[in-house]
Amino acid sequence: MEDIISAERVVFGYPKEDNQLNIVLRGVSLTIPEGQFVAVLGHNGSGKSTLAKHFNAILVPNEGKVTVCGIDTTDENKLYDIRQQVGMVFQNPDNQIVATIVEEDVAFGPENMGVDPAEIRRRVDESLSDVGMTEYRTHAPHQLSGGQKQRIAIAGIIAMRPRCIVLDEPTAMLDPKGRREVLSVIKRLNRENGITVVLITHYMEEAAQAERVVVMNDGELLFDAPPREVFSHVRELKEVGLDVPQATELCWQLRQAGVDLPGGILTEAEAVAAISDALRKKGVGAR
Amino acid sequence: MLKDITIGQYFPGTSPIHRLDPRMKIVLTVAYIILLFTAQNAVGLAVGVLFLVLVYGISKIPPVMILRSLKPVVPIIVFTSVLNMFFIDGRVLFQWWILKLTAEGVKTAVFMSVRIVCLIAGTSLLTYTTSPIALTDGIERLCNPLKRFKLPVHELAMMMTIALRFIPTLIEETDKIMSAQKARGADLESGGLMQRARALIPILIPLFVSAFRRADELALAMECRCYRGGEGRTRMKQLKIHPRDVWSAVFVGACLVFIVLSNLYGARVLEQLGLLLRSV
Repeated sequence: MEDIISAERVVFGYPKEDNQLNIVLRGVSLTIPEGQFVAVLGHNGSGKSTLAKHFNAILVPNEGKVTVCGIDTTDENKLYDIRQQVGMVFQNPDNQIVATIVEEDVAFGPENMGVDPAEIRRRVDESLSDVGMTEYRTHAPHQLSGGQKQRIAIAGIIAMRPRCIVLDEPTAMLDPKGRREVLSVIKRLNRENGITVVLITHYMEEAAQAERVVVMNDGELLFDAPPREVFSHVRELKEVGLDVPQATELCWQLRQAGVDLPGGILTEAEAVAAISDALRKKGVGAR
Repeated sequence: MLKDITIGQYFPGTSPIHRLDPRMKIVLTVAYIILLFTAQNAVGLAVGVLFLVLVYGISKIPPVMILRSLKPVVPIIVFTSVLNMFFIDGRVLFQWWILKLTAEGVKTAVFMSVRIVCLIAGTSLLTYTTSPIALTDGIERLCNPLKRFKLPVHELAMMMTIALRFIPTLIEETDKIMSAQKARGADLESGGLMQRARALIPILIPLFVSAFRRADELALAMECRCYRGGEGRTRMKQLKIHPRDVWSAVFVGACLVFIVLSNLYGARVLEQLGLLLRSV
């Protein structure tokens, strides 16, 4: 499958006052094939947001190279081609909605691209139904909940028909309900519309639902593997200030205490099954 | 309570007036203002008033709203009326000390008051029946020819839209900051004017800081959505002139023509009518 994004030994630093660079990325290499659902984990300051900003040419590397759909991100003439292919959703939904009416906002991207009015209408209707917000199309954004606003922001991006969406902690400001809504929309877009998803997050439960988890620490890649494998490195993750999903944590603690449980447990259901298995083996009846 | 604030004074509805093209409504409002000031006699002014009654009737805007929109201009009306009544020379009706009430003065005062009332009520109807976003859209499209004179029409309209979008957000934010400062012991309700103004500083500073941060993030989000100014941009909603727009324009035009005619020939027609009546 074709690679949507490829980063080769990317080094990036923000300029400091004394003309020195405050290095944030120290040689990151990563390729993301089309259709994948990748979660990027890391604590604050690990460089995960900075890396994400390289994926649609908001930032360009100081050293190394980033190509998006075969286009080098330093090519300024192709800037808007890149941004159309890789859409970006930010943390605060309030600060990315431009228009005073939901459907007008969803139309903003395609309008900027100069799409034909009838086609914009079609895309707006489709995008709103994809995120399940059709009934709110004439509402004002400030009447919506955080989760709904974030879904509108996502609709605004998919109306541009990108091949990839990068979401920079889209659920950080939402309540648990909003977080669930947004995550299920993201997963559906990936599964049904085949859109590549790069989800930057610090919620382990969200990362566990991805196909692939990339862990960043201090500007470098620490792990890059399926979630089951990444979350089996409980000790290493804890050393870099990250947690593991609750179910994984519980089973890990039990194993440390000598209970015979398999490794790599991710979900609550798996934990329940494994623990009741272990109990049965010990001759304790589990209902 | 802050969730349901309305911006501007839009009164949602589906009347034919609401559904008129916003461009047409703006143009017709301007035409109506011209009409009011062209009217030189009682007949012309009566047409202006009747027109207003008719349009308010069709739009189903509660007439109480007219009174509300007039409230701020009442002092101006009273002030100019008094000045007109006493300081215009003419046939003296009543005199007390140096104050002279003249017939011409009363006439001018009445005309002026009716004009101002109609002017305010007429222009308010535009904002009552047109949503702010449609109004901005209409202004942008009407001003499009001015682009040739390097007027940044699209940018101004975009600024208007963003301002309208962020008013509720910033009000909500102000509310939050006020609660936060009150929780820290800020006293916003007591003290003199100066003291209260000073108490606002710890609210305004965080509000400004956050507004700038929002602006920064919004700019980034807009760039990510391929925004690069008005050039090459299309619009999802196309405005179309419907038959009802044409008919309303014809109607306003007819009123205007009638008023001009009554200005030119009104006196003579009345004279002829008088002669006719006397001969009968």
